[in-house]
Parts: sequence; C-alpha cells; structure tokens
Amino acid sequence: MAYSRSVDFSQPLPSFTGDRAIQFREALREAMSEEMRRDDRVFLMGEEVAYYQGAYKISQGMLDEFGPQRVIDTPISENGFAGMAVGASMYGLRPIIEFMSWSFSLVAADQILNNVPKMLYMSGGQWGCPCVFRGNDGAGGQLGSTHSWCVEGLYSNVPGMKIAIPSNPYDAKGLLKTAIVDDDPVFFLESERMLSDKGHVPAEEYYIPFGKAHLRREGNDCTLVSFGRPVNFCLEAAQELEKEGINVDVLDMRTIKPLDTESIIRSLKKTGRVVVVDQCWPFASVASEVITQVCERAFDYLDHQPLRVNSDDVPSPYAKNLEAEFLPHKGKIIKAVKASLHKL
Amino acid sequence: MQNANPASSTPPDLYSITSSKVHLGPEGFTGAGRRAAGTQRPSAAVSNATLLRWLKEMISIREFENRCAQAYQQAKIGGFCHLYIGQEALAVGTINCVEKDDPIVTAYRDHGHALARGMSMRACMAEMFGKITGCAKGKGGSMHMFDKPNWNFGGHGIVGAQTPLGAGLAFAAKYEVEVMKRAVDGGPAKRKVSLCYLGDGALNQGALHEAMNLSGLMNIPVIYIVENNRYSMGTAIERGTTMAHDLTAKARAYGIEGLQIDGMDILNIYDLFKPLVDRCRETSRPAFVDLLTYRYQGHSMSDPQKYRKKDEVDAVKTTDSIELLARHLMGERKCMSEADYDAIVAEAKAAAIDAVEFAESSATPEVEPELWSDVYSNPQPGLSPQREYPTGAKNPLL
Repeated sequence: MAYSRSVDFSQPLPSFTGDRAIQFREALREAMSEEMRRDDRVFLMGEEVAYYQGAYKISQGMLDEFGPQRVIDTPISENGFAGMAVGASMYGLRPIIEFMSWSFSLVAADQILNNVPKMLYMSGGQWGCPCVFRGNDGAGGQLGSTHSWCVEGLYSNVPGMKIAIPSNPYDAKGLLKTAIVDDDPVFFLESERMLSDKGHVPAEEYYIPFGKAHLRREGNDCTLVSFGRPVNFCLEAAQELEKEGINVDVLDMRTIKPLDTESIIRSLKKTGRVVVVDQCWPFASVASEVITQVCERAFDYLDHQPLRVNSDDVPSPYAKNLEAEFLPHKGKIIKAVKASLHKL
Repeated sequence: MQNANPASSTPPDLYSITSSKVHLGPEGFTGAGRRAAGTQRPSAAVSNATLLRWLKEMISIREFENRCAQAYQQAKIGGFCHLYIGQEALAVGTINCVEKDDPIVTAYRDHGHALARGMSMRACMAEMFGKITGCAKGKGGSMHMFDKPNWNFGGHGIVGAQTPLGAGLAFAAKYEVEVMKRAVDGGPAKRKVSLCYLGDGALNQGALHEAMNLSGLMNIPVIYIVENNRYSMGTAIERGTTMAHDLTAKARAYGIEGLQIDGMDILNIYDLFKPLVDRCRETSRPAFVDLLTYRYQGHSMSDPQKYRKKDEVDAVKTTDSIELLARHLMGERKCMSEADYDAIVAEAKAAAIDAVEFAESSATPEVEPELWSDVYSNPQPGLSPQREYPTGAKNPLL
C-alpha cells in the first residue's frame, strides 16, 4: 500500500498559471472537501474548525456540508486530540488534524513525534498512522515569541513522517490532496501570512507528487532554494536582482521530506552557486541539511561556498520593525546572492 | 452521566497504604466494599470450562514472566523489562469481558495483555529476544507488544501516551457505526468499546486528563482501566496523586462513570466489569475503573524495592489471584483436582520453556533490510540523506 486509492502521478500537472484565482485558504478547503467527498474515512478535527467556521476561515462552510460528526470541534487539548488521531488512524480512519498554529503542536510533541512517526517501526510494520496534521507555521505578524514557530527544522530531524510546505494556492491544494491520500503521516505547514494570497488553482482535479521541486524562475547566475512562504521572498529578490543583471533559479521545494536534492544539484551544476532561504533558525536547520547534502554530493560544482539565509537566531520579536528584520527577507537574500557572486 | 459508584461508601481505611504497611480490610485485601454484592453474581453463570481457561491464561502469564526474569538475568533480554506477576487476574479478567474485536491498548507492562489477547508465547518472547520472529520483528522490544490480528494496539512506553489513543480507537469504532455505516474493512459496523490500560503513575499525566475530558465530552466508549498496583516506580500512590483513596473522583470531574474494583479476584472483576462493559457499549459512554492490584516484582528488573517492606508484599500474596481462582475451582465448583492444577502449571511451564527455546533459536533481524524497513508505508526517494527506505520482511503475525 502506498496511497488510500490509486493516484496516477505520471500525468503531467495542469497549468500553474490561469485565471481561476482563489485564496490560499480556499485552496486548502477545496482539497479537504474534495477528499472528504471521495472518502468517508476522512474527517477534520481541531479547535474552532466547525461552528466558528475555522479560526482562519479555512474550513468555512465545511460543517454545513459534512456535519458535526466529520467536522469536529475540539477543546484546547492538542495532546489529547493529536493522540486521538493516532488511535483513529491506526484503526483505519484518515484524520486531518488542524493545529490553529504549529506553535501549539509543541504541547502535543509526544504524540506527533513519539507516536505518529514511530508506530509503524515499533509495531514491526503492523500499524502506521496515515493522518495529516496541518496549520499555520512561521511568523504570523507580530505574534511574539511563542506563537511564531517554524517547526520544520525541529521536526524534520525525526524519521517516519513527511513534511509538505506550500508557497502558493496551487501547491496548497495539490499537495494537501496528496497528503490526505498518502499512507504515511504528513505534517503540512501553512502560513497565516499567505492565507489571503490569491493564485490560480485549476478547476480540474490534480495531485502534486511529493519530492519534486518546482522551478519557479530560471537564471544562470545562482540557485535559490526555498520552501513555504520564503519562496515568495526569493521571487521578490529575484525580480530586483534581474534589474541589476543577475538572474537566478528559484527552486520551490514543495516538500522537505522527501527532499528533491536532485533538482538542487541539477540547478547548481548550471549556476555553481547556491543560497538556501529558510524561515527556521539557522542552527541545525533545513538550510543546514540542504547545504550539507549539496556539499556531500556536488562539492566539485561549487564556485562559492553555499550560503544560507535564515531567520535571525533570536526568539521572534513583537515590534513590527524588529520582526520584519528578523525574517529571511528580500534584502538579506539579495545580499547573499551578491556575496556568492562576489558582487557585494 | 453521574453514576452510582459502588466504591463511594468504601471507607478509606480499606485502601490506606503507607510505604511500610498494607492496612487490610476486614476480609483481607479483598475488602467487602469493592466486591459484587448479592447472590446474582454474573460470574456464577460462567461455565467451569471457561473458568479453567481463565486459570490457564493466568498461570501461563506467570510462568511466562518467570522465564522472562530468568532470561533477563542471563542478559538474553535487553533494555527495560516490566513483569506482570501478581496482576494476572486483571488482564485476563477484563479482556474476557469484551469481544475479540474490541480494540485494546496498554502501557509498557504489556506482556500479560498480549498473552491474554491471544498472542503466542513464542512471538512475545522472541520480541524480547530481539528476533525476527517477534511480534514486531524485534524492533519494538518488551514495551511494544503489538498484535493486529488480535486487535491489540500495542504496549506504549511513554507513561500516559496511550490514553488519547484509547479514545481515538473507540472514536473510530463509533465513527464506523454512526458515519460510515460499515467497518473500515468493508464489513458490517458494530458497537465497540475500547479498553485502555494505564498504571497509577499515569494518573498524573496531562494526556490522561485531556483524553478523559474529550471522551466525556464526545461520548466516546473507551474504558480507562487503572492498573492500580499502588506504586509508580517507587512512589507510593498517595505520595503521587490526590484523592488516592478514591480515584474515581478524577473521573467524576469529567462526567465519567467511575468504579473501584478489587482486581485480585477474577470472579469479582467479571461481576463488576462485565456489566460496565455492556453499559458502555450500549450507551456509548466512557468509564474509568480503579482496579486494585499488586505487582510482586519490582517496577523493572533493576528495582531494589527499597520503598516497600517484604511484609507488605507477603501480605498481598495471601490473596494471590491464581490461588483464589484455583481454590474456587477445587472447592465451590469442584471441577478441578490438585492433579489437574499441577498439570496446568506443568503445561504452562513447558510452553514458556518452549517459547524461550524458540526465541533463542530464531534468527536475529537481518540488518539489510530490517534496520531501514517499516519506517514509511510509502517510501519515496529523498526521505533520508543516507539512503532509500526498503521494504522489510512480512510481519510474522500478519
């Protein structure tokens, strides 16, 4: 078994561009609703997902369509309902658990890190946990130190789960649909700051395969590697760099686990330079991992040491100007690309 | 749903334990307040053959655990090893009150539940020996006895971590009935209860309280069974939790029916627990049971037991669960002779020895592919920087 039903990933994906512009949150809702219509084992559970219509309006209207037995409000008990998802998914259901914020997943760490990714192994292959945990990751906008977690650095250290992190509505829908049908547990990282972003989402059904990066922009001078919201910072930086005659590849990784190192190396062979842009803190981050793999596998192609742009290595600040500077923003990316080209 | 709690009138001194002394009730450890009253005891309707089977299951667990202790001392079993000796009536009694496809989940002192639920001694012992023939192919160990064919969703190592799982299992079964109108495997849906075992140490973990609140709130038919052996490692229960004399108070706080049961007498367990199971199945409500039991051995194999006196252990042994049932079968039921009893013990001993021999002669898991298999159900390139994840050998239980 690999997926809850047969999905043909060999089909080419529909066009990334078009005029059916919907919000990121609507794309997530479409993905969940379509999968819930197809498979009655799938249900949504979390804080404020039902009667409140979603703390961030992601599940708006879903209670009306699916009823309170499939769109289930919980009290503020992340450890409890994450653990219920473990039991329910072992039993054979396909839970989608919404964390209002991944910051709150820390109180469920025992369930999501000790049980979810290890169950298959410690049961000798008898039971896995095919569930999706999803929610807002990263700085939400002046939410302070405890509510602005980027969990991908911390959680990707653990084997046994997959991690998807979309940067736009098209990917949000296609990756979430794949996450729901995948037989492995998936941590799905969204961003409060992108939920209102609009983008083309095709009317036809599609599933984006995990582990295949999307080359969002092409250039020969440097490879920008990113995932999630910072992909958009990279695209902004690339536009400015172009004005100065610097052209970069922007690789949107789409998933961190699996990680499409092949695409990074392919691009690196062309550019000779790589800058990894990651919203985690730098120490033992996903950027550290990407750079390590690049050094292990493609060292000879590097014309400059790999560089990383992370959030500043401090707790997330509240003040607007401090938070803006804290993030791996356009200015830092431009500086890093120029440094890699000795153009500073 | 507030309950008529049979234990509520029990004076605390029936269950007043200090680290140095057990205060026994007027009838010894099996105090009257916790026992089924009246002449219409459900256990009276249980056949002699069934009771004999229960006795065999209890003796099997004890003999199995004795061999585990020996094998551990010989360093054939590694890691942690928590023995069930003394608590046999609890697993056997409660598991025999439910259907074979009612899900169960437990903590790390899990050999007894695995065997009572039908796992072979061989698969259980081989797991502890770290062999490919073990229930988890040697990847789980003593604390992780999983058995899918027997609806045993495992032993779990982190104290209290299994309690939300117990709720999730019962939730899923209820979801089959109420939402899907069929079982996840396509068969007919049926009303189920899940049994979720925990030690008294888990009473103080947040996970249990979240799980009880969720279960009470959502009408989830999970039964939380506190295997109250009075010590979380070396911490006596009244040193670790409030209301130690009436743990059901904790359940009442969540609107959950609570019941205290003398867990040394398997007939008494059946008398009180079976009706509770039936009620939970019927009403789709959770329950909480404080099952009084005792472990004769230390917490784990490395426990010098400085926190309790030998007198206390000896006092409890006077109400040993296997002896109690054996006496009943020889006396009131007159369906077993001394020779029959000796034969049962001999058979269990032989089976346990066979399990050890099987485990010893089984192969260890091959590093390739077993070290790297069973991490993902759906392995893909790029999940690890080291290599790709292979498919492993089929689990011996499947």
